[in-house]
Amino acid sequence: MNPPTQPPWERSPADDEQFVRPYVLTSGRISPAHGRFDLITQVVTVGPTPPPDSGLGPEHLSILRLCQDVVMSVAEIAGHLNLPGVTVRVLLGDLLERGHVAVQEPTPEADVTDIGIYEAVISGLRAL
Amino acid sequence: MDSARSEQVRRMPTAVKIVIAGGFGAGKTTMVSSVSETVPLRTEETLTGRGVGVDDLAGVENKSTTTVAMDFGRITIRRDLVLYLFGTPGQERFWFMWDDVTLGALGAVVLADTRRLTDCFPSVDYFERRGTPFIVAVNCFDGARRYDLDEVRIALSLGPSVPVTMCDARDRSSAKEVLIKLAQHAMHQRVGPAVTS
Repeated sequence: MNPPTQPPWERSPADDEQFVRPYVLTSGRISPAHGRFDLITQVVTVGPTPPPDSGLGPEHLSILRLCQDVVMSVAEIAGHLNLPGVTVRVLLGDLLERGHVAVQEPTPEADVTDIGIYEAVISGLRAL
Repeated sequence: MDSARSEQVRRMPTAVKIVIAGGFGAGKTTMVSSVSETVPLRTEETLTGRGVGVDDLAGVENKSTTTVAMDFGRITIRRDLVLYLFGTPGQERFWFMWDDVTLGALGAVVLADTRRLTDCFPSVDYFERRGTPFIVAVNCFDGARRYDLDEVRIALSLGPSVPVTMCDARDRSSAKEVLIKLAQHAMHQRVGPAVTS
């Protein structure tokens, strides 16, 4: 997915992968039907590849391909697919509902009291 | 589900985040770039006003939202622990909408540009009110006036418990040191005084 070389106003719609408005991809939905999806919620594709008549859109399938062998955050999926975060969350909700992805939500803020996490971050940064 | 796949699911890493804040042009994206393991990505996020639940669909018409672009990077700490760095967008007027991004963060780095020190007031104010552990890192641009750290502390009305440090956001090891200082500070604030190396 190469970044466009021309400014948006010089591109014709046919050149523009993002010509379809984000809300069209989600049928107007603005929040996922399933799951919460923080920016750093981890996502991985699970199960067999959905059949062609699964009713999933090309963007759903792009997410499944992207997370096929790599665990990725919601923010990374949005960044790689060049889609708004809100769109990715809705699409992920669909995929979670159908069992195509497994997710891991981050620790809630109130629970970030595990000293082990801080120590691991500190030693990990030192080792960079 | 094949065994390799289920193994992967079981090994989903824990993800943590640190917020890099500061005024416009203070070096947030630069700092994210200098320590991240990959080229920073950009995401367009819709931020909602404080106190509005994500699932709260009642009164949607009154919900205050804005769309901002955020640059972020990633550091794999261990196979089971990933750290994400989010450079917050520079528009100060959207500060009250930041809860979505800050929620669950280990802490925040407020980058200060000494040429425009007051630009980081809103960030300092926000994290103080919210109780998010933060440190102030003075980004030393070439030719910028070097303030004494105590002068910065006084200018920003920082309490004695908030660490203030100098840094060069372009320099990987300097940026790394800033993150380490923040993690140590956050650990002390959230977990309590502990013996650290």
